[in-house]
Amino acid sequence: MTAGTPAVDLVEQRPSRYLLDRAGVLGPLLLLPTVVYIVALVGVPLVLAILYSLSDVTVGDQSLDFVGLRNFGDAIGNATFRQALRNTFVFTLVSQVAVLVLANILALVLSADFKGKRLVRFLVLLPWTTPIALGALGWLWTLDNVYSPIDFVLRRLGLLGIGSPLGQRWEGTNALWLAWPDLAQLTVLTVHVWRTLPLATVILLAGLTAIPQDVKDAANVDGAGFFRQLVWIRIPLLLPIMAVAVLYGIVFTFTDMTVVFIVTRGGPVDSTQVLASWAYFRGIEGGSLGQGAAIALFLFPVLVGVAAMMLRLARRTETV
Amino acid sequence: MAAPVYQAPPMPTDAEIARDVRREKRGRIGGRGALYLAATAFALFAALPFAWMLLTVFKQNSDLYDPNLNPFLYNDPPTLQNIGYLFAQTEYATFIRNTLLVAVLVVVITLLAAVPAAYSLTRLAGRWGESLGIAIFLVYLVPPTLLFIPLSRVVADLGLRNSVWSLVVVYPSFTIPFCTWLLMGFFKSIPWDIEEQAMIDGYSRIGAIWRTVLPISIPGLLTVVVFSFALTMHEFVYALAFVTSSAQKTVSIGVTTELIRGDVYFWQSLMAAAALVAIPIALLYNAFLDRFIAGFTMGAVKG
Repeated sequence: MTAGTPAVDLVEQRPSRYLLDRAGVLGPLLLLPTVVYIVALVGVPLVLAILYSLSDVTVGDQSLDFVGLRNFGDAIGNATFRQALRNTFVFTLVSQVAVLVLANILALVLSADFKGKRLVRFLVLLPWTTPIALGALGWLWTLDNVYSPIDFVLRRLGLLGIGSPLGQRWEGTNALWLAWPDLAQLTVLTVHVWRTLPLATVILLAGLTAIPQDVKDAANVDGAGFFRQLVWIRIPLLLPIMAVAVLYGIVFTFTDMTVVFIVTRGGPVDSTQVLASWAYFRGIEGGSLGQGAAIALFLFPVLVGVAAMMLRLARRTETV
Repeated sequence: MAAPVYQAPPMPTDAEIARDVRREKRGRIGGRGALYLAATAFALFAALPFAWMLLTVFKQNSDLYDPNLNPFLYNDPPTLQNIGYLFAQTEYATFIRNTLLVAVLVVVITLLAAVPAAYSLTRLAGRWGESLGIAIFLVYLVPPTLLFIPLSRVVADLGLRNSVWSLVVVYPSFTIPFCTWLLMGFFKSIPWDIEEQAMIDGYSRIGAIWRTVLPISIPGLLTVVVFSFALTMHEFVYALAFVTSSAQKTVSIGVTTELIRGDVYFWQSLMAAAALVAIPIALLYNAFLDRFIAGFTMGAVKG
């Protein structure tokens, strides 16, 4: 309707317009598509996941027959599942501790001024900004059993090959990063650190810029040096934002299956399997939907815990 | 004994001042050195797989598959053949077409749902708006790995099994929550007076939104477009679980499942396939990253 519409028309159209102008009517109406979407494609599947986990549904036989907690029992009874459960926690905890330390250093580096800072920032953010499947593919090739450039460097440094100071395992021409269980686990850990470090860093950087200038000025006037300011000002003021960064890191590493699926396929001999990838192999490739759903549901308690902590943090910042 | 008398400390001699200045300078140079060292180390770690990716793309087979040659050099002249192979001999072009189709449609669906929802939550829902907004944002954190098994059934029931359309339907379930939250931040920063004035001037509320709020929020809408696009390109799990025929695959699963066949890897073409998609998305994402982080920190940081 344009501004030039005659007043009579406006008056005639009033009733319907009044209805849509009322917040109580328009508000829910505008919210409806989003709520429908979330209920249909997040809420319903979440309920279905629980139903599946309690049933014997497979890809072939889609009927839901209630079998109680058998799927959970079967899952726990499986040695690969227990390995996957342990891996999921170890990968998440160790990688996030490393990320917390490294992100603090990297955020300090990026908050300083130096030549080439924009390029460094772009490069450092690459692992987060590129699709993880493609980044993981890059790692797969970088750690190739024969052609790894890392192996080439190690050979040149004398760390790899006959007479290697690192021990007998390193005497071959290649390190075989993805063939030894412990090296494969280290690889998955490293890729997780590599991927979530940029996110934690930019979150910390946002927190650093929010430290009020007068606090820094006061510290400078009082003669507090770099480390004193770090321990008494930066770290305490950054604690809430560090918590936010770690919580996101936990969500993204704990629930990830892409890194494992592409870089190691859960191997060698299931030594890098995580809950999410194991759920995929059992549920989708193995066709046992009930089993897969039960395995994936083991992710749920931790996610609920993280969500609760995020809510507490959000509430805290609201009242401040 | 006489009472102690205050004595001013001796003035530093010129030599002492010079020594202090030297120390200070050395400390600062040491600091600068550490700074550059750390920046380089982090950049190398982050860029390593991408650098190796790019170097590989232009290598000839005779060069790449000889472990005795220095892999960081072009021992044979660089070639563009691998990229040509990718487009001529593989379904890469199909993967790109599928991905773009999904991305564009997901962007449209996301805008249609998230813009009204964010407006409703910031302007019309009163004190419930913020809490409801946080709840919707938390939905974004429900991971695909928790939902993909039951969703594969839902997708089959909708008759979309093994079709790129299944992704068009499912992807907005994570783009809408995230973008609703982002847009709430934008709408909150727009003063009420502007649309109120438009309504006093005779526009309906919808008309006022259309003529005042949306034009002001164009940066916000652009952010939503970029992130629904990027998040769609990033997604892997749903695509892997729902789509199995190669003609329907998107880039992230097509490249990682179709182009890797058994033990025969065409690494140069494979890396070209990854780099050609990864780098444009990275540039786009990078340009809008600050807004992404503003959404992620949920206002825990006040600039």
